[in-house]
Amino acid sequence: MIPEIGHFALVLALVLVLIQSFFPLVGAQKGIASWVAIAKPVARLQLLFTAIAFACLTWSFLESDFSVLYVASNSNTSLPILYKVSGVWGAHEGSLLFWALTLSVWTTAVTLFGRSIPPVMMARVLSILGLLSVGFLMFMLFTSNPFERLVPPPLEGKDLNPLLQDPGLALHPPLLYMGYVGFAVPFAFAIAAMLGGRLDAAWARWSRPWTQVAWVSLTLGIALGSWWAYYELGWGGWWFWDPVENASFMPWLAGTALMHSLAVTEKRGAFKAWTVLLAIFAFSLSLLGMFLVRSGVLTSVHAFASDPARGMFILVFLVAVVGGSLALYAVRASKVRSYVRFDLVSKESALLLNNVILVVACAAVLLGTLYPLLLDALDMGKISVGPPYFNAVFIPLTAPLVVLMGIGAMARWKRDSLKNLWPKVRVSLVASVVFGVLYPVVVMQKFDWLAAIGMVLAFWVFFTTLKVTRDQARGRGLGGLSLSHWGMAFGHIGLAVFIVGITLTSVYSTEKDLRLDVGQSHEMGGYQFLFKGATHLQGPNYSGDRGEVVITREGEQIAVLHPEKRNYRSGMPMTEAGIDAGLTRDLFVALGEPLGSEGAWSVRLYHKPYVRWIWLGSLIMSLGGLLSMADKRYRVRARRTAMDKAAVGATV
Amino acid sequence: MSNSRAFIPLIAFLVLAGLFYFVLMKMNKGEYNPRDIPTEFIGRPAPSIDLPNLLVENDRVKSSDYAGKVWLLNVWGTWCPECWKEHEYLMYLSRQGVPILGMDWRDDKDDAIDFLKQKGNPFVEVGFDPNSDAAIDWGVYGAPETFLIDAQGIVREKHAGALHPQVWQEKFAKYFQAQKPTE
Repeated sequence: MIPEIGHFALVLALVLVLIQSFFPLVGAQKGIASWVAIAKPVARLQLLFTAIAFACLTWSFLESDFSVLYVASNSNTSLPILYKVSGVWGAHEGSLLFWALTLSVWTTAVTLFGRSIPPVMMARVLSILGLLSVGFLMFMLFTSNPFERLVPPPLEGKDLNPLLQDPGLALHPPLLYMGYVGFAVPFAFAIAAMLGGRLDAAWARWSRPWTQVAWVSLTLGIALGSWWAYYELGWGGWWFWDPVENASFMPWLAGTALMHSLAVTEKRGAFKAWTVLLAIFAFSLSLLGMFLVRSGVLTSVHAFASDPARGMFILVFLVAVVGGSLALYAVRASKVRSYVRFDLVSKESALLLNNVILVVACAAVLLGTLYPLLLDALDMGKISVGPPYFNAVFIPLTAPLVVLMGIGAMARWKRDSLKNLWPKVRVSLVASVVFGVLYPVVVMQKFDWLAAIGMVLAFWVFFTTLKVTRDQARGRGLGGLSLSHWGMAFGHIGLAVFIVGITLTSVYSTEKDLRLDVGQSHEMGGYQFLFKGATHLQGPNYSGDRGEVVITREGEQIAVLHPEKRNYRSGMPMTEAGIDAGLTRDLFVALGEPLGSEGAWSVRLYHKPYVRWIWLGSLIMSLGGLLSMADKRYRVRARRTAMDKAAVGATV
Repeated sequence: MSNSRAFIPLIAFLVLAGLFYFVLMKMNKGEYNPRDIPTEFIGRPAPSIDLPNLLVENDRVKSSDYAGKVWLLNVWGTWCPECWKEHEYLMYLSRQGVPILGMDWRDDKDDAIDFLKQKGNPFVEVGFDPNSDAAIDWGVYGAPETFLIDAQGIVREKHAGALHPQVWQEKFAKYFQAQKPTE
């Protein structure tokens, strides 16, 4: 019964979004006030029904109702509750439902927080979001119904993919999806602005906080995924340039460009057409990622049940959304001219260049992701494009971006000059070169060119950000700075921390695969790893072995690690690495295979300096995004307009 | 910005969409499978199998028992949803007299026995391979996977993913034409 209620709620939600996408849009074009007025209530009602459907599926998981095919395929009675809940979005059908739910949550949030937006604009935005919901709901109902029954029901369900049975990963997909779907909001604003023919600064102001919240979710989602890959996959790596990782990274790059471009459009009225294009790109790349992952055209460690029929549906959806919006762009945005002048040396130029670099980097990732597919499909051979390509292309592209960040933050709007900039950056430049070169020598005790370059860049961002903050605070104190300034500062310093992390980890990490007998030890990076053997282990839905490794440094015990090797009931082996985390280094032990009958194991040891800084940096960046989103000018304007409206109402 | 330049993103996207359409059509026709990593075993003598029998205690399943026959090796596991899908078609093939040797891979013994009890057993014999002993020899990297071995003991075909009538007609049926059993 519950699954049928869920199914029915989805059908009702579809009917509602059809109304939501048709009447307000037509009403806005033709000036029919009553049609415009229904947009908000219908959008909220649609959230109610989508939420009911989601609750029904969650209920079926909690009750272990194996007559539902999706539950039977992704859950079983011995699964801990947390993973029963995360199983709801753990595979294709349920994650689509999660997309649809997130989209209607964002849509409703727009109706609640966008009080300052004129009703006609609001009607258009809600219609566009409604059209996107139509696509997701039809996709679900026609090809991927999560409520499909299984007759006769099995007594026990299958296991949830063991890779997903981890608290970090229970949260990773929802954050990513919130980010992907979040970009639908600036997308809808951009399309609505084009439809209305008014590409002014207003749409940029309305879109900015939504872009930032989507960007923050995506940043946290990607960082969480990378952290999970690091400790769960047991390879000691944190980024693999896997197609699915790239699918999340491309919208992030476009979204980062969009955030900066929106700032220029809002403050200076420049780059209007370009910003619209970026808003389209950010969301289109999210959809493209969905297509690549779920149609099965690419292979990856991220196993999604793939199916060409589903692929065709997403392709049609993709062509309708992306093709439609780019066609609209071609017709409308080309007529938009920004009559704003700025000099070659100015904040505008720096941000434009930043945008261009981000988009080129994004295109390079896209090319690397699709190239093997292209060759394979044309029968020109199977190749795989791996980290060497991405590192060779990506790092040289982004290094100038980092140099530019320091200058861009410093430069004035509209007009600046090198003569004026030079005294401001002089000290930062010298300091970053000195600190950047000395750091590898003094702290890491081994000079390396790559490490020096990375550290100079990181210090450069750090010092220039401090300098800008100090200059801005002159006369009003640190407390007088706006939240959006702090947002910028944290965002940039987060990136500096991130650069420190990737640089020092890549250059100074050491790893070793070796056989260790019980009682044997190995020295690495000044640490002694002593293997004390492995014992049998029985978990709720797995069995396995648990090793014990004692780490000492100069005779002093540092940590006792317990790496595990688990065999899940589903037959999948999993590695749980033992990690001793620290701010300046991680010690990492993973169990390989048992060797012989004497209790010896193959063991992998890693010493990874500063690896935490990668995720610490991402966290700081996200904090930056949150701070600038909370800037009071978004709220003050909203309140003032609400008050104006109330005043008008009173006089009428 | 001139008018024609504004069409560049649209055109680039449409080219990309065209490529995707092309790939999907090829996948639908079965001409292209990104998961199809060419196996080195095609045209070579089949690796020998010697595994414990899943259903009969203290018995072993050996590929040498099949010498002189055309037979299928099907790698499956109860943990793999595609294998459930495929199961009915395997039952059909077995009723048609196609000898299928099952390799129950990375599985739980009781689960596997239950599965065959509930859904029927299409296999002549099932070898139990929880630790990938045989699967590694055969280069198996996903389930289901099906191999065809001819009377000379040479691997002739391989299919990754669930078997269905279309694949059967294209890849496997011809090997059974000559000695076709009663239909």
